[in-house]
Amino acid sequence: MEYFIELFFSGLTRGSIYALIALGYTMVYGVIGLINFAHGEIYMIGAFTALIIANVLSVWGWPAAATFLCAGVGAVIYASAYGYTVEKIAYKPLRNAPRLSPLISAIGMSIFLQNYVLLAQTSDFMPFPALIPDFAFMEPVAHIIGSSDLVIILTTFIVMILLTLLIKFTRIGKAMRATAQDKKMALLVGVDVNQVISATFVIGSTLAAIGGLLIASHIGQINFYIGFLAGIKAFTAAVLGGIGSIPGALLGGLILGWTESFATGYVSSDYEDVFAFALLVLILIFRPYGILGRKETKKV
Amino acid sequence: MKQCKKLVESVFFCCMCCIILQGCGGGDNQKNTTIRIGVAGSHSGDLASYGLPTLKAAELVAMKVNAQGGVLGKQVEIIPADDVCKPEIATNTATKLISQNVDIVLGHICSGATKAALGIYKSAKLIAISPSATNPDLTQSGDYPNFFRTIASDDLQARQEVDFAIKVLHLKKIAVVHDKGDYGKGLAEFAKGFVEKTPGVELVLYEGVTPGAVDYSAIVQKIKRSGAEAVIYGGYHPEASKIVTQMRKTRMETVFISDDGVKDDTFIKVAGPYAEGVYATGPMDTSKNPLTKEATDACREKYGENPGAFFLNAYAASLAIVNAIEKAGTTEYDQLSKALRTEYVETPLGKISFDARGDAIGVGFSMYQVKDGKYVEVN
Repeated sequence: MEYFIELFFSGLTRGSIYALIALGYTMVYGVIGLINFAHGEIYMIGAFTALIIANVLSVWGWPAAATFLCAGVGAVIYASAYGYTVEKIAYKPLRNAPRLSPLISAIGMSIFLQNYVLLAQTSDFMPFPALIPDFAFMEPVAHIIGSSDLVIILTTFIVMILLTLLIKFTRIGKAMRATAQDKKMALLVGVDVNQVISATFVIGSTLAAIGGLLIASHIGQINFYIGFLAGIKAFTAAVLGGIGSIPGALLGGLILGWTESFATGYVSSDYEDVFAFALLVLILIFRPYGILGRKETKKV
Repeated sequence: MKQCKKLVESVFFCCMCCIILQGCGGGDNQKNTTIRIGVAGSHSGDLASYGLPTLKAAELVAMKVNAQGGVLGKQVEIIPADDVCKPEIATNTATKLISQNVDIVLGHICSGATKAALGIYKSAKLIAISPSATNPDLTQSGDYPNFFRTIASDDLQARQEVDFAIKVLHLKKIAVVHDKGDYGKGLAEFAKGFVEKTPGVELVLYEGVTPGAVDYSAIVQKIKRSGAEAVIYGGYHPEASKIVTQMRKTRMETVFISDDGVKDDTFIKVAGPYAEGVYATGPMDTSKNPLTKEATDACREKYGENPGAFFLNAYAASLAIVNAIEKAGTTEYDQLSKALRTEYVETPLGKISFDARGDAIGVGFSMYQVKDGKYVEVN
């Protein structure tokens, strides 16, 4: 039984990591119907920014909590700026182009950003400081779940709830929903569509940067390629839960995390990905729009 | 148009003639006035960086020997031959070297190309010494008595890891984990075989992990459940550091033993305090050997750059060749291979000779352990 609980929690951690990145994917998709493949790279840039800030601050001898906060804020601002710019450069000019064009543009952006960081930084793995300290109250259960796991799980849940509230109850949320339903109509009733889309990208990038900070300090190492691998799994999670649905991203992430964790624990980690993607195929056969996804109505 | 075709035909014909004549010319030259060492390997293409340092090492040794009057009163001549690390080209390379009447071959570089060429050298009674082909079969199959190498074979590392866990640390339950890659899985398979063959020792887990995954806690819990006293990991440092970190964070004290993919300072940098106590095998430290310094200095002076991959292995192989020819007093196959097996020679890798199978005695791996943020050799 204890083994089951251990696997349950390791799946929960893994799933929360996927979900945290998947939230950004699914949000952008929900508003403008674009799969933003550069999202993983924004996550990576967030992690790199946090690393640089944390290293500088630790040289100055700042306390861990302040370093964590500053690195987080810096990463969010810098990554948001990237998200905003990427949208303006790579997606906005293609807004009325066929759907395939922005997709290719997104892949191009992803490759560009990867190589940019590769050249500007290094191809080596860089150590990332453990910004989340080991909490004393976690010591009795440290063999099952670590402090950084706990922080990631809580953050994912909080972010998901905040995001749902933002979309349901705020003015910008309403504008986002309007844009998602019909861009032209939203424009006609006075919604600044460009601004809404920019805001969506900024929020998405913020989530990616928070994810980058937390996940990098959990794993303890980063390089220019982490965004791609994490992005693929997060994208899978988003599709599994129903792309465009915010609770779906969390559900998809957790299901993926648990599948991998239990497959490793009870079968073999050689087949971890096999099980994960077999599950994806199965779910998509029976629910083509994901678990919580809605069927898209064709706009005429 | 027709004229053009004729021109092409005649040029082609001329070329054919030239090739045939050249071939004949090579055959005629029965008696060499020099000692000819063929250096075969990848001298161009994407793997050139593996082959060129060997060529440099051979040239440097030849220069040094010639300056001292040569071997057996003859000057040493280097005959380079490019195989681009491709087995199908290596057979041509081998044939070409034989037609150029070389006395011995230094090469090839890649295991696949070496294997392809060895059969041809064997029928021509020619010895080949590779500085870099690590495939265990090359010496262990017994098919190639004409083959020698100055690098340890892949399985030696696995052997050392297993022996260390069982004989030095006296552990009975071992888990073998790998990264599903060619290198990692290859090593892990050897380790698995060695563990299974040792009576009284149990292989409790054999599994591959997905490289680049965000979290390895599931496999770590599985290792814990298996009751393993030691984990032998085959793979590179990014995954190793994640697994070790996760193990220590879940308060596991299991011994972690790995390979030269992990014996890298980045591993210590990334895993930080969690790296302490981790064991890893790596090439023996030769930096204090005066011959190493001499060889690398000569390389910098002559070529203006640092020696590359397998340079020291190639330098050692060249010295072994010269020494064997000197001691044997001839370049004749039987006496030369006997000299290689019996005569020790001082090289940058230490004092080496070759065993019956052709592996270098005295070339191998050491076990290192992380102590205070540094890899320290364990004896």
